[in-house]
Amino acid sequence: MKLPIYMDYQATTPVDPRVLEVMVPWFTEKFGNPASRSHPFGWEAEQAVERARAEIATLIGADPREIVFTSGATESNNIAILGIARFHKSRGNHIITTVIEHKAVLDTCRHLESEGFEVTYLPVGTDGRLDPKRLADAINERTILVSVMAANNEIGVIQPLEEIGAICRKRQVHFHTDAAQGVGKMPLDVQALNLDLVSISGHKIYGPKGIGALYVRRRPRVRLQAVMFGGGHERGMRSGTLPTPLIVGLGAACAICSREMAAETARITALRQRMQEGIMKQLTHVAINGSTEYRLAGNLNISFAYVEGESLMMAIKDIAVSSGSACTSASLEPSYVLRALGVNEELAHTSIRFGLGRFTTEEEVDYAVRTVVDAVNRLREMSPLWEMVQEGIDLDSVRWAQH
Amino acid sequence: MAYNDKVLEHYEKPRNVGSMDKNDLQVGTGMVGAPACGDVMKLQIRVNENGIIDDAKFKTFGCGSAIASSSLVTEWIKGKTIDQALSIKNKDIAEELALPPVKIHCSVLAEDAIRSAVEDYRKKQQKGGVDANRV
Amino acid sequence: MIYLDHNATTAVRPSVLAAMLPLLEEQSGNPASVHGFGRTARQRLDHARRSLGTFFGVHDSLVSFTSGATEANNLAVFGIAGMRDRPGHAITSAVEHPSVLEAFGRLQQLGHEVTLLAVDGSGRVDLETLARQVRPDTFLVSIMQANNETGVLQPVTEIGHWCRERGILFHMDAVQGVGRIPWTGERLPADLVSVSAHKLGGPQGVGALIMERSLSLQPMLFGGGQERGRRAGTQNLPGIVGMGAAMQWLAEHEREEIAAMARLRDRMEEELLAGVPGLVIFAREAVRIPNTSLVGVEGIHGETLVMNLDLAGFAISSGAACASGKGEGSHVLAAMGVTEALALSAVRISIGWNTRMLELERFIQQFIHIVARLRGGTGARGS
Repeated sequence: MKLPIYMDYQATTPVDPRVLEVMVPWFTEKFGNPASRSHPFGWEAEQAVERARAEIATLIGADPREIVFTSGATESNNIAILGIARFHKSRGNHIITTVIEHKAVLDTCRHLESEGFEVTYLPVGTDGRLDPKRLADAINERTILVSVMAANNEIGVIQPLEEIGAICRKRQVHFHTDAAQGVGKMPLDVQALNLDLVSISGHKIYGPKGIGALYVRRRPRVRLQAVMFGGGHERGMRSGTLPTPLIVGLGAACAICSREMAAETARITALRQRMQEGIMKQLTHVAINGSTEYRLAGNLNISFAYVEGESLMMAIKDIAVSSGSACTSASLEPSYVLRALGVNEELAHTSIRFGLGRFTTEEEVDYAVRTVVDAVNRLREMSPLWEMVQEGIDLDSVRWAQH
Repeated sequence: MAYNDKVLEHYEKPRNVGSMDKNDLQVGTGMVGAPACGDVMKLQIRVNENGIIDDAKFKTFGCGSAIASSSLVTEWIKGKTIDQALSIKNKDIAEELALPPVKIHCSVLAEDAIRSAVEDYRKKQQKGGVDANRV
Repeated sequence: MIYLDHNATTAVRPSVLAAMLPLLEEQSGNPASVHGFGRTARQRLDHARRSLGTFFGVHDSLVSFTSGATEANNLAVFGIAGMRDRPGHAITSAVEHPSVLEAFGRLQQLGHEVTLLAVDGSGRVDLETLARQVRPDTFLVSIMQANNETGVLQPVTEIGHWCRERGILFHMDAVQGVGRIPWTGERLPADLVSVSAHKLGGPQGVGALIMERSLSLQPMLFGGGQERGRRAGTQNLPGIVGMGAAMQWLAEHEREEIAAMARLRDRMEEELLAGVPGLVIFAREAVRIPNTSLVGVEGIHGETLVMNLDLAGFAISSGAACASGKGEGSHVLAAMGVTEALALSAVRISIGWNTRMLELERFIQQFIHIVARLRGGTGARGS
């Protein structure tokens, strides 16, 4: 077993060697610009791009013509939200999303507020799920877009997309889902779920970084305002030279997901169970954050009471994990997602996200369990809070000398 | 998050972790910080009849720098008189461990812990003295 | 098949691919993560950023990576426009790349006023024309360094100097210039410079916007706060490392490479002129980047020539890649006042880092041969 162990699959995944293999020739031998219509370098690249488009479409039950290539899920989210809002401004100015979305959705919505849009940020339950009834109540005649993520990046909780989709369709509101964490890891069918727009990321599904896609429904046709202009690529929705090697990689990654998702989900779920049981059997006062029923196979987010998160990270430095979402973990703020679940600040500080994935082994899981259990025990032995709890003192009754 | 070697050394092999009987008249207990702020330090000193700190123990909930600061302090104050212990300043701790600016508060907390433990010891001595006279 | 369409895209240099592959093969982290994988990723990102900063002579913090030059151009235009609280006036030229022209079109929709500068017969903008169009509320001038179709260089140093004296922000699309004319190492002529990796032997899907000084551009993409808040989204690390390697290669070798391309191009132009009576080299008298020749033979449709050359094993373009296949004439040649008949005959030959003399010789022979055949055959004339 090689150390350190990578357990941060929700931040980014390695490129699958099978994906890399099909990408490499497109860097050096077959390097044409797919927009070059006058020679085989261009034609060959265009064919490869179209093949990839079909592979992506297949994974989500879409038509290839509904797939728009972008530089990643952040751009997909931006195009979907800015694009729908700006195009349909005359129809309405109200957008609904949730408080636990990725920053790419939240920051984009916040920006739209400065353009005169109203945004409703719906709360979620303690299990991290949105109550569809709340959504139905929040929709009004000015609502043009609902954006709810498929699965959360920090806690892996899967949202009730089918119910949300049915509500949106009935009320004739566009439904966008940020599926950066969901695509390829859970069944996601744009027809069954009534999805109008879906954001897809390459580097979360063992494809390359710098590439993503946006599904844009054709029937009924979803129209949006582009964010980037010039050249009119991707039916005017996203201009810029199509990066063939990256697109080929994304297509190959999706094709593998289509073939292997069911078996992979079963395998990773078993690993997560093993990890969860291993930890819970040996440690008390640990809590799993978010629903365990509606959850991505590869996500285990646990709070370890009475140990401090940063020192725990230090103690398990052989295991690369995240103490929040990768985008915010450089700051010491407790996770806004956990806070939204009602996890108190102290406990939010002690949460660790274990991200398991395609290349995680049972041996790695067992090593991680041992390391974590030892570290928590050691730190608790050192923790005055743990001592007080053992003595039966209620920590909430203590008056702390704030400083 | 790159830690200095000295911090890592103390963090991995902390000195004097543990607890003493907080009801013992010779023992002073200091508890500073708050869980919501992310660090709580408990420092205990045992002072012998010659006024020398002959033992010190700590428990800390906090980051690596907080643990290292408290561990270092227990090493430093052992064998010192109370006044000598009180002369230890957070600056000394921060310098010894080369703490970055964002971690200076850990050394402040450690200095506070010494004060708090000494205060507790002195309070007990006063009270204890009164009690002893009554007997 | 011999590739002579390097202004559309270039093959990745071996040294660039070698720098990129480890990042695609190993587990490479997200530069935003704090663990070892993330920190290593961050270091590689910083290293690539430094390569660009060094090349352009600016502080690393002034380099923002994007998904390519289209995004960099858009970010420059919308980023500057977004710094204003009311509409104003912006100037560009009629021969810019669509990613600048269409961004300006969008500016108009957003309520700004836009002036498209006319160009002279060789496609150049001149300072006097620019000066006449500037207004008190002009907030941006965007002019490309070198034209993608003709290779003509614009007087960007003069324009930059002039704009700077008047406090007008100047953006330069340097996509076709970098690696084709030696970078002087002097102060950047523009406040903002767009670069693309895949035009200089780097990978597709990455570019950069370089700033001469820090400007608080309004971002186009939101969320995550990467690139100092100027461009959200997980960085395309292998791509960025590839771009860094390509820039580093240029820093060390660009003079020889540029000289070699110039020798090839000059030889080709001489032989084509000698071998094809009536051949026109567009903007031949203008200062051009040394890898680009836009040529035409009146009476032979460019598409026909391109197709015939394709069958003979040569890949060239009948116009810019972005616009080719749309069936429209070149907006660049139209702006230069070239007649439609002559414009339709135009084909672009663009040499690159891996073009060899032997290949070019074969191309020249075939070109001459095919033109002769098309002229002799029925229906070759009259487009």
